[in-house]
Order: sequence, then structure tokens, then C-alpha cells
Amino acid sequence: MIKNITNLGDAALYCNFGDKVNKEINKKVINFFKNIQKIKIKGITNISPSYNKLIISFDLSETNFQTLKEKILNIKIEDIQNEKSENIKIPICFEEEFALDIKKLSSSFNISENEIIKKFLEKNYYCYMTGFIAGMPFLGDIDEKLRFKRLETPRVKVPMGAVGLTEQFCNIYTFESPGGWNIIGNTPKKVFDKLNLNDAALIKPGDTINFFKISKKEYLNWND
Amino acid sequence: MTKAYFEILRSGINTTYQDIGRNSFYHIGIPFSGAMDKRNLLISNKIVGNKQTSPVIEFALQGPLLRLNNSKVNFVITGDVNFNIIKKNSTIEKGNCYQSYVLEDGDQLDIISTNRSVYGYLSIQGGYKIDSFLNSYSVNTKAKIGPNDGEKFSNNQKIFLNYIKESFHKKKINYINSKIEFIRVIKGTNYDYFSEKAKKIFLSEEFKVSKLSDRMGMRLEGSKLENIVDTNIRSEGLIKGVIQVPADGNPIVMLSDHGTIGGYPKIAVVISADYEKIVQLPPGTKVKFKLIDLKKAENLYKLYSLETQTILNQI
Repeated sequence: MIKNITNLGDAALYCNFGDKVNKEINKKVINFFKNIQKIKIKGITNISPSYNKLIISFDLSETNFQTLKEKILNIKIEDIQNEKSENIKIPICFEEEFALDIKKLSSSFNISENEIIKKFLEKNYYCYMTGFIAGMPFLGDIDEKLRFKRLETPRVKVPMGAVGLTEQFCNIYTFESPGGWNIIGNTPKKVFDKLNLNDAALIKPGDTINFFKISKKEYLNWND
Repeated sequence: MTKAYFEILRSGINTTYQDIGRNSFYHIGIPFSGAMDKRNLLISNKIVGNKQTSPVIEFALQGPLLRLNNSKVNFVITGDVNFNIIKKNSTIEKGNCYQSYVLEDGDQLDIISTNRSVYGYLSIQGGYKIDSFLNSYSVNTKAKIGPNDGEKFSNNQKIFLNYIKESFHKKKINYINSKIEFIRVIKGTNYDYFSEKAKKIFLSEEFKVSKLSDRMGMRLEGSKLENIVDTNIRSEGLIKGVIQVPADGNPIVMLSDHGTIGGYPKIAVVISADYEKIVQLPPGTKVKFKLIDLKKAENLYKLYSLETQTILNQI
């Protein structure tokens, strides 16, 4: 399952699950992550799943690379089902003021803005990983017709709630942040809510979500 | 009883609550955070008799000016820091780091600046009236989490203090923060993305710490590091101490508040034993890297931990 484990510095394991980025490989990464999370191995401080890698960091005063690597390789991996059986639904507003890059995409793809919106809303998305900034989900895969490269010059400030596209992925900016994704809309929903102590990040690796369209009025009156 | 508090007359550049860090939330994008220089946090808490896990006030370069109200407190400052105690009657006493002092009602504590270093720590016996978030008192200003609404301190705010019954710990140790010649690193997972010339430059030339450095990362300036494979990788997890090199060829060292995911090649990783040394290098300082292997790094960390323990045992 893990292709190989090397060290990242002196206090982390770098586990490679394969070179490709697809759901099949990512599901293995996330299942492995959940297994390690469940058994609570001494010394592990953080576990970061991403598309095809799992980074396990540890406290060097409690364990070391070799010891932990052997433990990890000997774990009996069970199939852990995702607790959330239903899709997470995310409202999105495509008003002009929020859809910063939709005109550009429309002329590049040579399809109408409505067609972009339709294709975007049609699909269910899978969360490959969460992070960079707190709670930001990396979702995929978007329709092949909507794939576009990153902005040449990233924005200094992408507004909070912005929904962006890049290549086969889309994401949600949970905070105002610098960023280079193509912005097509904005969600009023709190995707990272620090007051929700047990579940601050709404969308976690392995979750599935879909978007539904709301009007400007619904956006302004949105209440989670 | 009237509440004891510090009034912040000047907040300083980047003054925040920190503790030993926030574990286990990388997978939802929350970094480790915590005191940049953990050894100095542990020493400051020990000197005033607080727990290792107690929060402290961390400041960077210029510290805060605080006036005490309705109380008498015992405090210590650690790091390499210039500070004065301004008594109510306007006499000024110059303070020494690693020595506890009693501050009387109406006295001011003026933390002027750090010397040839970045971070310093203020511990108050008994601590602050604050709440933890996800098991830690560390502020992360990016995600706006932790005490003080996840923000750094600003002028005219109040810092409320816990009342303590027990007598004051009067303690003093002699400790000097060692200055370093090299930062030792281990090869990163994309070390071979760089040309032979780039590797040679990285391990022999000096790099200057840029002004664009903060708790998230330290940008370095020097000869450009040429990438011969790809200037991007598939985004993946990061840890503190990772040195990434974006397309412009200038290395960035990931520090305690780093973004949890990154897509730039990793040329090297700072060893755990040297992390607290690199974070203390102020903008404008020159730094050189030295490559060592994993076994050596592990042994150096053992020595470093032992040394920390020896210092703490003296207190």
C-alpha cells in the first residue's frame, strides 16, 4: 500500500502512496491516516494526508524515525468508513461581484457563464485534503471543460468564502488570504468555524460535497 | 476584589500568547504554533514556578510597555532582551534576563528590544486569565485562533492576571544563549531537483535573513538556487524547519505558524536541535548551512535535550 517511507528531517515520516493523483490513491492515504489516528501511537504529534502522501510528524524526545517506521509498517490496516454518509451541501452565489474570474474563463473556454455554472453545480466533489490555511478543502475533480491554470500573478487578497478553480481541483478560501486560483463565486457558509470546538473544519479529507446556487439576497441573509 | 491587570501602553511589534504548541490538527490546516524558542519558554515558566505547559507572552524585536494595576506580581524575562522596570516614583531599574523581579502596583515594565535575536518571553507567576483553544494557549493570527481572539496584542488592551496565594519564587540563573556558526540540515525530499551548482551554493555560501520573515516563515536571500527538474511539486504536507525553494530560487524556511500544505520543492530540513537557533536570527543576519545525516541529527537532539534538562534542573 505505502510505496516507500523516507525521513523528512529528523522528526517526520514521509510516506509515498504512488505518483498519480486520483481518488483511488487518495482514499488509501486517508484510510491509512484514519487508522493511525485511531490507534494513537506514542510520540506522534501530527499527521498530514495530501493527494498521494502522508506525513507523520513526531516528538523526537519520545520516538525516532526507525522505531516509528517499523511500527507504521506493522499496523494492521482496517477499512474505516467515512462517518458522514450524506453529502455536505455548500451554498454558492455567482453574482458578478463574487465571480472575479468567470468572464475570463468564459472567453477562454468559449462557453457561456451560465454553462460554466451549470457544469460546476452538476458534479459531486471529493475532498482530497484540507489545509494550507485552516479548514481550506482541496476538492475534485471538476468537469474537464472547466480546467484552467493558476493566475500568473496571484492576488494579494482573495476574499473569505471565495470558491476557486485550478486544474482538476476547486477550493474554498476559509479566510482572506493571498491566492492564485480562478474565482467563480462565494459562499456565505462558515467552512471553518472556530466556535465549533469539536468540528471546526466542516470539510475534512475523504468527505464528499456538492454546491447549490443561491441568490444575492439569500447570500446576504445566510445564517448557518 | 478588584481585578489585577496589565494595561498595554505599547504593544510591541508582534506580541502574542504562546505555549508549548497545538498538536494533532495539521490535517484540518492548523499548524503547530507555540513558542518559537521552546527552551526559553520552559526556562521562563520554571523560574517563576509555573507549569511547563503554562502560557507565556512572546514578543519579537520590540516588546511591549506594560503598566501593572491593582496587584503585585513576580515575573521573569528570558531570551536576550533589554528591559527596564519603571517604578511608580519614576526611578528606572535596568533588568536582567533569567532573574525574577517583583513588580508593584503602578510600576511599568518596558521591554525595549531583543539583542541580536528575535524572540523573548515574559512569564508571570500564576499566569493570565485566558482560555485555551484545541488544547493550547498558542495564538495563531492567520487562523485567528487561541486566546485574545487569535490576535496579537494592541495598544490600550488589558491583560488580566490570575490571583496567587503562595509566596513569590525568587530565582536567578546564569544562562547565555549560544550564537551559532552553522545551521545543520538534513537533505530534503526534493534535494535532487537542484543542480550540482545549486547544492554547492546552498551548502557553502552565506544567505541573508530577509525582512520578510515572521512566525510563518523566514525568507532568505543569496545566490539563486537552480532547479533542474520542476519548480512545483504536487501539494503535500509541511513541517516546521522545511526549506522550500520556489521558482525564484530563494529559499524559505517554514516556521511554527507555517501553512500546513505546500507545493514547492524541499531542498533541506533544519534539524530539531538547531530549530530554536535559526528562529532567533534577526533580519539582516547571515546564515550558512551544513549537511549532516539522520543519525547525527538524532544524536545532536539528544544532547540538546539533555542540555535543556540540565538548565531546568538548576532552577
